[in-house]
Amino acid sequence: MNERNIFIVRSGEAALKGHNKPYFEKMLAERIRKLLRKFDGVEVRRMGGLIFIRTDKQIAKADVLKELSKVFGIASISPAVEAPCEMKAIADEAIAYMNNLILEQGIRTFKVEAKRADKNFPIQSPEIAKTIGGEILKGCKVLSVDVHHPDVNLFIDVRSDITYIYQQKISGHGGLPLGTNGKGLILLSGGIDSPVAAWMMAKRGMSIEALHFHSYPYTSERAQEKVEELASILAIYCSRFKMHTINLLPVQEQLAMNCPEEEMTILLRRFMMRIGEAVAQNQNCSMLITGESLGQVASQTAESIVVTDAAVTMPVMRPLIAMDKVDIMAIAKEIGTYEISIQPYEDCCTVFLPKHPITKPRINKILDSEAVLDVEGLVASAVDSATTKDIYPA
Amino acid sequence: MIYLDNSATTRPYDQVAEKVVYYMTEAYGNPSSLHHMGLLGERAVKKARQQISSALGVTDQKVIFTSGGTEADNLAIIGCALANRRSGNHIITTKVEHPAVLEACRHLEREGFDVEYLPVGREGIIDIADLSEAVNDRTILISVMHVNNEVGAVQPVERIGKIKRNAILHLDCVQSFGKLPLAAGWADLITVSSHKIHGPKGAGCLCADRTIKILPQILGGGQERAMRSGTENVPSIAGFGLSAQMIAENMSEHGKKAAQLKEFLRQGIVGSIPDVLVNTPANSSPFILNISFLGTRGEVLLHHLEQNGIYVSTGAACSSNKKEKSHVLAAMGRTDKEIDGALRFSFSEFNTMDEMEIVLDNLVKAVSRFRKLGSFR
Repeated sequence: MNERNIFIVRSGEAALKGHNKPYFEKMLAERIRKLLRKFDGVEVRRMGGLIFIRTDKQIAKADVLKELSKVFGIASISPAVEAPCEMKAIADEAIAYMNNLILEQGIRTFKVEAKRADKNFPIQSPEIAKTIGGEILKGCKVLSVDVHHPDVNLFIDVRSDITYIYQQKISGHGGLPLGTNGKGLILLSGGIDSPVAAWMMAKRGMSIEALHFHSYPYTSERAQEKVEELASILAIYCSRFKMHTINLLPVQEQLAMNCPEEEMTILLRRFMMRIGEAVAQNQNCSMLITGESLGQVASQTAESIVVTDAAVTMPVMRPLIAMDKVDIMAIAKEIGTYEISIQPYEDCCTVFLPKHPITKPRINKILDSEAVLDVEGLVASAVDSATTKDIYPA
Repeated sequence: MIYLDNSATTRPYDQVAEKVVYYMTEAYGNPSSLHHMGLLGERAVKKARQQISSALGVTDQKVIFTSGGTEADNLAIIGCALANRRSGNHIITTKVEHPAVLEACRHLEREGFDVEYLPVGREGIIDIADLSEAVNDRTILISVMHVNNEVGAVQPVERIGKIKRNAILHLDCVQSFGKLPLAAGWADLITVSSHKIHGPKGAGCLCADRTIKILPQILGGGQERAMRSGTENVPSIAGFGLSAQMIAENMSEHGKKAAQLKEFLRQGIVGSIPDVLVNTPANSSPFILNISFLGTRGEVLLHHLEQNGIYVSTGAACSSNKKEKSHVLAAMGRTDKEIDGALRFSFSEFNTMDEMEIVLDNLVKAVSRFRKLGSFR
């Protein structure tokens, strides 16, 4: 019975989705199967609203948990052992389980909670807990019971065919399974914010594609490598995705020569949106995603966002809009993009930074400035110049 | 491809690359092993020691192999200061040294040493009177670079030897070895690097007389007369030896050729591009030319030239990844704008006059294109 490790996975909000619940659970199980495919002999099964994963004992638990930490839609995970639905066998497994914890973690106190999903099992839950607790006390002499602050809270989950024994619950990221909520195009810079924005949308089940703008030779090849590195971190969570890269310099040159200096950034943002919308449409993405946060910089004031937004008709998701920088940074650190983001390379937004950018642009004034430009032509040739690359998980 | 970043690193000679491969694929024994394979490795290191000491004009007893110029500088400065602490705690260096020297000195300051950083004039050269004034009986070490890596300025090293009193004189000759005449008698300690003279990376040496007290910084199996433990990097050391021999053979001829290339490019730039500032002084290495193109950013010009296969530098390779201003140009009194627009062209024997014409042509176009947009930065 004990040659396999078991992981009980509880889905998060997917459980709330009524009639669609099986769909979400199926997507979740599929995502788990895909990530665990690298190990031999893994079994992923859905049962009673839970997902049960069985792996070979040879595969370290930590390796499996690491893969599961990349999955959205998991509320919690419990590594478990299994026993036949028979009191003697359950007690034996529970004792072996506790002995192992005594050796590995030096635990001294415990408490048992039992649940009987199968009401045909002849013994009631409180009675199961009491009996198994008693057997553990007999079998593990160093242990004593502490119902308030036990070192280990042992769960006995009696189901129709198998009984599961486990202790801790490891929290997952929550959210919804990848691919259950359409596809969005993230405008990915090399900064801290945009990778976090992409991650947050992916956490809500959205598949992503990325669009990166550069201004070579005003920006360096190293800056592009940095963005690819960031993207490959996102791909850990979002699975393989496409990244499109476009040189914005032709647009920037036109703006620099024909438009007021202080409007440079806001005009450029509008071009990024337009180009993004065109790329998104070509790629069947239904939304744009940006890392904008209200008031963070001149181009992210309320007025600037209104003017930026007016450039496109496609919905623009801004998951960081109301977040503070420190909170964004905390997520970036957690998902592993922070250290890469802070490498100091120029990005296309900083090369032509005006000395005093306007913070309260007015749409009419901006439209006047754009009137001298061949907006459609610039957008079309930018879209044509895109190069596309598959980004694989780091 | 036109490679003008030879102060950062050089293309290894083909014969050197072959030698490195031989010591990696066939004669890969550890010089300390007692068998024949070990002997082959030991012989390679011995031969390299002779080739380098002969190029330097010293006895081969002096050469201590290291992992490169940085380690040799560290060993010279930290090793010397710690071993001679009883004679004094005063150290003199300059503001335009390589970070391998400056950071070693800052480390010693934190250890309680008194380090004096001599200023330089607009030419990047120290005033010998300043040095003369700074030296006292407590001065244990003077560390000065022969040729500056960013602008090519040549320091008056032969004159320092005469006024150094009891201090030990260390010369960082990474940019001058194999390129400029160098008399070993000028200094007590000399740093040399392999990959700046068409050798492989991963090797360098400190040339030091046995009478100089140095505290080793890497301890272990006692290699390099216990001054630098660790299994010898035989392939790189063998390649280093051969490149030192090869570069020394035609030194004056290569120097003359480099001087012609440099002069052609300098005159071409000054003659056809307005608002430039030549940062390299008259008294400089023929292999380095540093010029500021005002109203542009060096990094942008660099990437533009790179698109056409021309490789140059904005300053020192070691510091160009950081968002810091060149400490050398700052010490030479250049403004931030002048520093921003600086490019370094560094030559080797492989460059040709035809290449200089192409570079000049590209530069003229690049500078005018980007000056149009320059008002934004």
